[in-house]
Amino acid sequence: MDKKKYLKSGEFLVREVDSRDVFVPEEFDEEQKMIAQTCKDFLEAEVYPNLDQLDKGDRQLMKDILKKSGELGLMGISLPEEYGGFGQSFVTQMLAAETIGAGYSFSVAFMAHCGIGTLPIMYYGNEEQRQKYVSRLATGELLGAYCLTEPGAGSDANSGKSSASLSDDGKHYILNGQKMWITNAGFCDTQVVFAKIDKDRILSAFIVDTEMPGVVIGPDEHKMGIKGSSTAQIYYNDVKVPVGNLLGARGEGFRIALSILHMGRMKLGANVIGAAKMAIDDAVKYANERKQFCVQIATFGAIQHKLAEMVIRTFAHESAIYRVSKDIDDLMEKFKATEGCDIGRGAIDAISHYAVEDAILKVYGSEMLDFVVDEAVQIHGGMGYSSEMNVERGYRDSRINRIFEGTNEINRLLVVDTAMKRSMKGDYDLFGKAAELYQQMGSLTHGQKDGESYHEEKWRCLINMKKAILLVIHAASAGFGKKLSREQEVMNNLADMISELYIAESLALRVEKIEPIKGGDAGLYKNMLDVFVYDAASRIRKWGLDAVYSMPASPDQASLAGAISVLTTVSGVNVKDARRQIAARLIEDNAYRI
Amino acid sequence: MNILVCISQVPDTTTRVKFTGNNTKLDTTGIQWVINPWDELSLTRSLELKEDASAGVDRVSVAHVGPASSEPTIRKALAIGADDAYRVNTEASGAFPVAVQLAKVVREENFDVILCGIESSDYNGSSVGGMLAELLDYPSVSGISGLNVENGEPELIREIDGGKEVLSLPVPFVGIVQKGIAKEPRIAAMRGIMQARTKPIRVIDPDEVEPLAEYLDFEPPQPRPACIFIDPDHPEKLIGLLQNEAKVI
Repeated sequence: MDKKKYLKSGEFLVREVDSRDVFVPEEFDEEQKMIAQTCKDFLEAEVYPNLDQLDKGDRQLMKDILKKSGELGLMGISLPEEYGGFGQSFVTQMLAAETIGAGYSFSVAFMAHCGIGTLPIMYYGNEEQRQKYVSRLATGELLGAYCLTEPGAGSDANSGKSSASLSDDGKHYILNGQKMWITNAGFCDTQVVFAKIDKDRILSAFIVDTEMPGVVIGPDEHKMGIKGSSTAQIYYNDVKVPVGNLLGARGEGFRIALSILHMGRMKLGANVIGAAKMAIDDAVKYANERKQFCVQIATFGAIQHKLAEMVIRTFAHESAIYRVSKDIDDLMEKFKATEGCDIGRGAIDAISHYAVEDAILKVYGSEMLDFVVDEAVQIHGGMGYSSEMNVERGYRDSRINRIFEGTNEINRLLVVDTAMKRSMKGDYDLFGKAAELYQQMGSLTHGQKDGESYHEEKWRCLINMKKAILLVIHAASAGFGKKLSREQEVMNNLADMISELYIAESLALRVEKIEPIKGGDAGLYKNMLDVFVYDAASRIRKWGLDAVYSMPASPDQASLAGAISVLTTVSGVNVKDARRQIAARLIEDNAYRI
Repeated sequence: MNILVCISQVPDTTTRVKFTGNNTKLDTTGIQWVINPWDELSLTRSLELKEDASAGVDRVSVAHVGPASSEPTIRKALAIGADDAYRVNTEASGAFPVAVQLAKVVREENFDVILCGIESSDYNGSSVGGMLAELLDYPSVSGISGLNVENGEPELIREIDGGKEVLSLPVPFVGIVQKGIAKEPRIAAMRGIMQARTKPIRVIDPDEVEPLAEYLDFEPPQPRPACIFIDPDHPEKLIGLLQNEAKVI
């Protein structure tokens, strides 16, 4: 098998990697585990006892807890030491994000501060701006917010109406406009605000101090979930922003906004793992306690099915998250070694490079969490609908993840669009391989061989799924041409196929790598892989066929559908027994310790 | 003044306890280890005293009996703020052997105050502190819920029926610590975690020691039997069960 050590973003569609070169969570070192433990201890000491009060919208309490996390150094995990941080790797940043992700609305406030509120200045700020702001944001002395969305500019971010014009004396930009859905608005000290200078076509970015005259913070919105996080509108009325607070170059704001969203999506992908594990813990504990018909409900197959599926999807998503996190770390190291590379720009360029994967992980992760919290509520039965239970809060808090950091609809389009653009740029040959396969469509088989090993079989299935995706890419590109991007339903089919494949492949790589160290436990992980690949094949087949039958009629349609069916054929799996064994481990541990 | 806090590691409270070796040994597979809560509070109070300039505490060390695999627990104590650590390189196989190994650490260094948690949350033996004091021939006070130090002079507080008592005694001594000595355990800060990388852990060879007791059997609580449904048309079955199985009528 042709396996490559490092892949470019989206290249997984046409290349494989060796499982030995992939990072898996089982490789966290002692220090990384200790950082995660600190995050967990902090949630238990400061956040969980205050959840009800936070959900009443107590801005001051949220501010106080954020400051305490700053004193503990948690806000500096992603920042270099020279700016008051602790210079941790991207993998460690993601582990911290995962752990804090179990913190309900605190998690949202914390991540908004540490991510989109701080990192634009770290990544794009000049030395003076970094010294003035980043080192104080690193400790929580200042709290940050990110102000992009406007009443008329959501997914179409560059259409914002906020404007800035240079003052007559050339010392200030006069900022006017209105921003909405701003996390941490109620108590932030520093804002990264996007606006167009004069009649510019493209946004610019500014660092605005909340105390500047003309900045007006609205009341908090009444939200479905994350009620503890302050979300409000901010108005700018002739705010005099010093010219030195222009972030990056004039007209660079849209690029900054998109790059920061890449980072935000990736971190969101980590956050949801912590929230999912929390919901699984609550669900299995309840299932082990709650008795009906004189037995614990955890003994019922229907409940075990739910518990197992919650674990499988969480574990699979986690595999993909840390796989790409290490890829980002490796790329950051490569950029850092380049002479003249700025530490901040190098970091964000490495994150933004994996744009296909971050969109996948944002979509898959947020939908995985929605599934997990929904099942957690269902396992709780009537009690799950009561606000006395944490799963009720988790259910409401989860929903926003499919909306912010770019809606899942936008991100699905990005998965396909970005992979195609990277291919056209020459990063890898997507269309050539797809065309080649299309020519051989009639002779494609599932390729099963006698005597193939467990992992050889799984790799054959995954490579077949890649072929099925390439066939659909070719057919869609040929059928719709440049209008493909307007065929959003077909783009969605493709995005779902690509995402499912990436998650399945990441799970396969992890299971293959950890098999030697798991010994007698390896069967548990193989059960997860068996179920996931079995399900992924049928899901990919469904999306593939949906796409094929949504294209303009062509003589090849029947052959194409046939080839997709052949390429998504996998061996039968006793999914009932496999899920029961996974659930049995969870039920025995009474917590997610997979 | 130098303080030594003896720390043991115990399974996280959410652990599902299982046994191996024909129910004679704890199955440690997959267990997440944490610092024994009483030891962690002792460490927290010691660090508070070190930060109080008037107390005159120069150094807070930790000692642990266990193999290399227990170093993450020690490293956590260092991350919380201990200055250095001693690890006696042997399995912790019971209260007496542990007390003997800890006594070896104390004899090799100069400590004024030695603190032990009153018990560990796994075996709850409540024996190590007293044994350690006896082996060292040091005075000891058990059940202390307060420790103050002013210019190197220690003052101990014990909860007693209807009130509390305050004691002073000369160093060195062994303090056996009850909850209340510190409000909450400290969370390791990021700076502490970074610094813990370079703090010294001295590994000491164990003394030969035979345990004074051995575990013969651990018996988990019996699970409650399942409910038995009785057809309302056959109340005689209920009477039979109450007479013959439950033996209550």
